[in-house]
Amino acid sequence: MTLLIQGGHVIDPGRVNGVADVLIENGTISAVGPALKAPAGATVIQAKGQLVLPGFVDLHVHFREPGFEYKETIQSGTAAAVAGGFTTVCAMPNTNPVNDNQAVTEFMLERAKAAGNAHLYPIGAITKKSEGKELAEIGDLRRAGCVAISDDGKPVMNSLVMRRAMEYARAFDVPVVDHCEDLHLSEGGCMNEGLVSTELGLPGIPSAAEDVMVARNVSLAELTGARLHLAHISTAGSVRMVREAKARGLKVTAEACPHHFTLTEELTRGYNTHAKMNPPLRTMQDVQAIKEGLRDGTIDVIATDHAPHATQEKQQEFTEAPFGIVGLETALSLTLALVDEGVLTLESAIDKLATAPAKAFSLNAGTLAVGAPADVAIVDPNREWQVDPSRFRSKSRNTPFAGWKVRGRVTTTIVSGRVVFELDRSERQA
Amino acid sequence: MGLKRKDLLSLTNLSADDITLILETADSFKEVSGREIKKVPALRGKTVVNLFFEPSTRTRTSFELAAKRLSADVINFSPSSSSVVKGETLLDTARNIEAMQADIIVLRHSSAGAAETLARGVKSSVINAGDGWHEHPTQALLDLYTIRSRQMGFAGLRVAIVGDVAHSRVARSNIFALTKLGAEVRVVGPPTMIPLQISQLGVQVYHNLDEALRGVNVIMMLRLQLERQGRALFPTIREYARHYGLTGERVKLAEPGAIVMHPGPINRGVEIAPDVADSLSSVILDQVANGVAVRMGILYLMSGAG
Repeated sequence: MTLLIQGGHVIDPGRVNGVADVLIENGTISAVGPALKAPAGATVIQAKGQLVLPGFVDLHVHFREPGFEYKETIQSGTAAAVAGGFTTVCAMPNTNPVNDNQAVTEFMLERAKAAGNAHLYPIGAITKKSEGKELAEIGDLRRAGCVAISDDGKPVMNSLVMRRAMEYARAFDVPVVDHCEDLHLSEGGCMNEGLVSTELGLPGIPSAAEDVMVARNVSLAELTGARLHLAHISTAGSVRMVREAKARGLKVTAEACPHHFTLTEELTRGYNTHAKMNPPLRTMQDVQAIKEGLRDGTIDVIATDHAPHATQEKQQEFTEAPFGIVGLETALSLTLALVDEGVLTLESAIDKLATAPAKAFSLNAGTLAVGAPADVAIVDPNREWQVDPSRFRSKSRNTPFAGWKVRGRVTTTIVSGRVVFELDRSERQA
Repeated sequence: MGLKRKDLLSLTNLSADDITLILETADSFKEVSGREIKKVPALRGKTVVNLFFEPSTRTRTSFELAAKRLSADVINFSPSSSSVVKGETLLDTARNIEAMQADIIVLRHSSAGAAETLARGVKSSVINAGDGWHEHPTQALLDLYTIRSRQMGFAGLRVAIVGDVAHSRVARSNIFALTKLGAEVRVVGPPTMIPLQISQLGVQVYHNLDEALRGVNVIMMLRLQLERQGRALFPTIREYARHYGLTGERVKLAEPGAIVMHPGPINRGVEIAPDVADSLSSVILDQVANGVAVRMGILYLMSGAG
């Protein structure tokens, strides 16, 4: 199939930023330039006034399959991904069974292939069953297709085990991803600890629970020479430590989630369970620090931590409701809001959504270079829309952004040269 | 005059006038409990459900007596296990109760915000009888009633709240109400028991009990949850009692005529010395008696009968 995307504003971070055509042949980018000629039989996509971008890469999603298919499946999760412009997603291993062996990895890859939406790369567990005790078969996981390892959500508390994981992972050049949370400091907590938790009488999770683990992990990365990727950092302290680690030349990358640069703990008032996630929403000072970290390059990547949960789970008492929100279908608009605010340039925003994450995990994605896989998001940056969770492609509706009026929307998503999402067609069908 | 609200969940959103109205309404019911026939027909035909997910004898009994003295029909519903264990959500449990035409649901729950979650989901009036560490509004209202019945005004009144403030719904409700009424509130305890940034709620923080008691009019002791000893909040009960227990000597540091309060049940010899609990300055049993009158007033106002 041959596609010619005509007249759009092409942004390929670090390479192209201007009006150009993009030619796609045999699933790869075959040319980018002005006034390209449409080969015979090519389908032409008119993109005038729109942005033509490398498909986004999300390093942090929870697709719940196998084990929790009532929340999300690889089919529904990847459908949500492409509706949000994400053509590559990395799925966390906290499934049931845990993705701690190559059979689960192969199963996930099979399901993704059958779904035919986004590329899916599993993240393998660091330890067996993510219990933090014995290393999982990291070499086999890598060979089966895992692109990183993490015990996300059940962080490795034993520093010796983490040291060994980082050392061992070096043999396979696989990044180690940590959800930084000291489980003793955070025990029982369900929101940021501070004035709001004091008023609401909710058990708190102090910033220090994240900061001490960021400090530990940076020290271990220095000791071992491992590639360390810090998931969803949420505190001013984390940003400071990552900035310092980078200045010292350590191989550390970091991601931030749209909710952590958009919302504060104030949203928790009224015991709003859609404001319950881990790490929790923090203070305005933390939000400012995250934005500054994005602006100055301390934070490389924007990731969603897409965490679907069933409605009845989120309708429980605040302390009982599970942590997490869905994010794939709102991430672009929330990121573009940072561009409107002047925090990021449009090009750096696209870098953090596509190019930088691909680089952090060494994925063949995130660029429109000739020869790259033809994964493309076409975005109307001016299209205003209202977030309506009932129209999400995700199986779950747990978002704090319901009803928000936002700007910028994916109109077409192309994966390996195949159109997998068209907004107007799908809206007509809805 | 009425409260003009469906639910009583928190004292943060009651005005000083609302609080005064509740206390005055309680006044008019206080006398009923002293009669030979302790009953008035104010809530005849109304159904009050005490939905208690946490064991509680005194609060449930107090609400039950209050409702019965108002002639309401009262049902006590105390799920033995939490809703989560049973597989039924709090909301589903409450909707079942609502389907039986309950007018008022009195909820005690271990989770902060449970009453608010419930109130959003049902049409019945919801009264918060304690939600986690968050609030216990009727306890604070009966505390206010007790203070007021000692002819003490709230403006400028100095109140020390002593103990595990971080984990106390009684402390929070009293802080919200007393500061609103113009009292000067001191919270006292080791830093492990004082929640972050509480001074932003308009209270003064003390870690030394003797200093905190100087010149106060009201000493409000909190119950020490003895099982918290293993949670590194304090080293031993012995040390806690020595540094934060209320003794007769310490009461003398307060203003002459100061009263000693405790929401009960008391740990004699831990947070309060036995002779203090039984002394003339103790109003602990008045609090219990006033609790029924205050809850009668609240039920009356919430039933729409007001």
